Amino acid sequence: MASTDRYAGLLSPYRVLDLSNELGFLCGKILGDLGADVIKIEPPGGDPARRLGPFYGDQPDPQKSLFWFGFNNNKRGITLNLESAKGRELFSRLVAKADFVVETFTPGYLDSLNLGYTALSKINPRLVLISITPFGQTGPYSKFKASDIEIMALSGCMSLTGDPDRPPLRVTFPQSYGWTGSYAAMGALIAHTYREQTGEGQQVDVSAQACLLWAFSHAHTFWDLNRHVEKRAGSFMTGRSITGAKMRVFWPCQDGYLNFIIYGGEAGRRTNQALVEWMDSKGTAPDFLKQKDWKTFDIAQVGQEEIDRMEEPIADFFKGVTKAEFFKEVVKRQMLGYPVASVKEIFADPQHEARSFWQTIEHPELQTSIDYPGGFAKFSDGACRIWRRAPLIGEHNQEIYGQELGMSPAQIAELQKQGVI
Amino acid sequence: MQSLKGVKVVEFAAFAAGPAVGKHLADHGATVVHIESRVRLDGFRAHYPPYKDNIHGLNRSGLFALCNNDKLDITLNLKKAPQATELAKKIVAWSDVVIENFSPGTMARLGLDYQSLKQIKPDLVMLSSSNLGQSGPHAHHAGFGSQLSSLAGFTHLTGYPDGSPQILYGPYIDYIAVAYGAVAILAALDYKRRTGKGNYIDTAQYETGLQYLAPILLDYKVNGKVAGRNANRDPYASPHGAYPCKGDDHWCVLSVHSESEWKVLCSVMGNPDWTGDTKFSSHESRKANEDDLDRRIGEWTIGFTAQEVMEKLQSAGVRAGIVNTMKDVYSDPQLAQRPQWVELEHPEIGRMHYQRPPFLLTKTPPGPSKRDPLLAENNEYFYRELLGLSEQEYSQLIEAEIIY
Repeated sequence: MASTDRYAGLLSPYRVLDLSNELGFLCGKILGDLGADVIKIEPPGGDPARRLGPFYGDQPDPQKSLFWFGFNNNKRGITLNLESAKGRELFSRLVAKADFVVETFTPGYLDSLNLGYTALSKINPRLVLISITPFGQTGPYSKFKASDIEIMALSGCMSLTGDPDRPPLRVTFPQSYGWTGSYAAMGALIAHTYREQTGEGQQVDVSAQACLLWAFSHAHTFWDLNRHVEKRAGSFMTGRSITGAKMRVFWPCQDGYLNFIIYGGEAGRRTNQALVEWMDSKGTAPDFLKQKDWKTFDIAQVGQEEIDRMEEPIADFFKGVTKAEFFKEVVKRQMLGYPVASVKEIFADPQHEARSFWQTIEHPELQTSIDYPGGFAKFSDGACRIWRRAPLIGEHNQEIYGQELGMSPAQIAELQKQGVI
Repeated sequence: MQSLKGVKVVEFAAFAAGPAVGKHLADHGATVVHIESRVRLDGFRAHYPPYKDNIHGLNRSGLFALCNNDKLDITLNLKKAPQATELAKKIVAWSDVVIENFSPGTMARLGLDYQSLKQIKPDLVMLSSSNLGQSGPHAHHAGFGSQLSSLAGFTHLTGYPDGSPQILYGPYIDYIAVAYGAVAILAALDYKRRTGKGNYIDTAQYETGLQYLAPILLDYKVNGKVAGRNANRDPYASPHGAYPCKGDDHWCVLSVHSESEWKVLCSVMGNPDWTGDTKFSSHESRKANEDDLDRRIGEWTIGFTAQEVMEKLQSAGVRAGIVNTMKDVYSDPQLAQRPQWVELEHPEIGRMHYQRPPFLLTKTPPGPSKRDPLLAENNEYFYRELLGLSEQEYSQLIEAEIIY
């Protein structure tokens, strides 16, 4: 793909320097999806997150991490040792021409290198510095270390997931990195908007813990309003009825599980009616369900006994249904509900193909091409997509240090020898 | 000055996926108008707990409050075409940004699709946020995040390998789309500033959710592997999980990512004999004996509060944390320090904790600064002062139940 292709993106005039670890990868990628020129800066030898799997061909090789491929595409890559004086000088030269810097160091680390916001803003007052940490730049937990599970715990997410009689759970594939990177991108662009009007940059202090407060939506408001603590309820949904009734969410079917919830509101009533009609067409709808007046069915008032009575014949009915059949019927009948899909079924969904969601990206170094999830949005005037695969270690050193900063091959070789790049 | 001061946003939107985008813009100073009507209320007002004191009321919804601070609320009954349509267009002409999250096709049926609105506002930025996108064979299938989080693979990844999938509380995926939707609008506004051109943005909540799962999608495509749920286990860390602590249903988490961290953990636990067993001497052996390992770690953590475990381990450099409850998030000292919540008085809810953005801007501090509006609270101010309707026009529209 030509290096100018990204000019079709809305943010193509801007440059991002990305010093982040996995907590911030998605922030730079999102700006890159929108066309920004993102340069991933790794320590010599490569970013430690290249050791995170899964791996291409199951080979644990830092150049073959699919975790890296997935979150660092749309970035060029250079190596740079910020702990050396020469490295800091090179970084300062890059900062002078950059619009954004994304970093995830422990608060205070960049200051200790004299590369904190105050120092960087002297080099480039327009700079927006996005500082992403588990808990924020200040406060009692600001220096705490955290991986995904600690962020999921301290944000409260885990208290809502898991069976009541077993430990709280996280999602098996880390989620906090995605939430944090994408909300950080929002913060970056809000600061950018201000900078474009005033010429003044600023530091954006992103807390992963605070980002994840949005992941469980509104569960905490039950405490704020009514001093009720929502808790983990396994496969059931709570909080939809003021009687405290819980609704089953997951139903075993012939080849896995279905997600279906007895709901209220207009869509819920339509769904319940449509399900009863579907059951009736197979002769399995009991009379009390057929006779129910869905127009007056109020989920917020319904009690547990009524829910249990309704769920019993539905459970029997779903046992005989396949995931594909369920998906077909919910689409046809305009019901709420979906099969519980795995990645395999996601790839098979015709919706993605029709929307050209998958993007085939060349990996010449592996002599292959791979289908990636493509852009996160469609714009009528501008593209949002993958322009380039993730960089190899130091792949663009020559491009940046040579062509852009004007260093000779001999000078670059010397820097390599000194361990600067 | 706040970053988005002067940006005018109109929401033909309900529930979370649209209005939460507007909330993030309002937090930074945008003027955001939430349109609903007595014949089509925002579902959060109508039937979605919690309501203050468990008593339903249109102005008592906690979730409406959470997603609509600092907005103006006006009513407009879009079913009263063509007059209502004309008024809606007038509002769009006043605005810079339209956010809508109706079922795909609804805005077109109302004569308010992008093609029509572009005629009256050529540089309009418009976001349509939907379940599955505006095009494709399933586009017309409307839905909610609580179900879509399953279609997009998240619940398949949650729970025990031999058990049922588990729910991620509520419309998890909606708020992923919210981040992407706000990003898309901000990028489009920047583009408009430079080029004068507007944009129509189509986000499928489904597609935004899949962004978070890229590595395991690639793993299937490349290696044929289907990622599943494995409770709290992690291939790169052991121990890695939630462990019981002193108190009723109190838990901590901790995770060990290297041999040196394992040695530190052992030392903090006082190097009990079992830690010397070869069953636990390497990452591989700990993975092979993880049930046993988890039991033994739990026997240690149960002697302390979650706070104590977190402090002991963090001060020694090992990752650990408290499993905060939905009550704890209001008193968590770290969140309190930012501060993450802004307490504002609401006439029917009383003191409500409104949520600040998860990022702080050092020079342009964000809101919330105003409580969420009551139903129709800002009709007169908006229609008369901002839109410039005459007294007579305004009362006629009320009488005709168009402003309703």
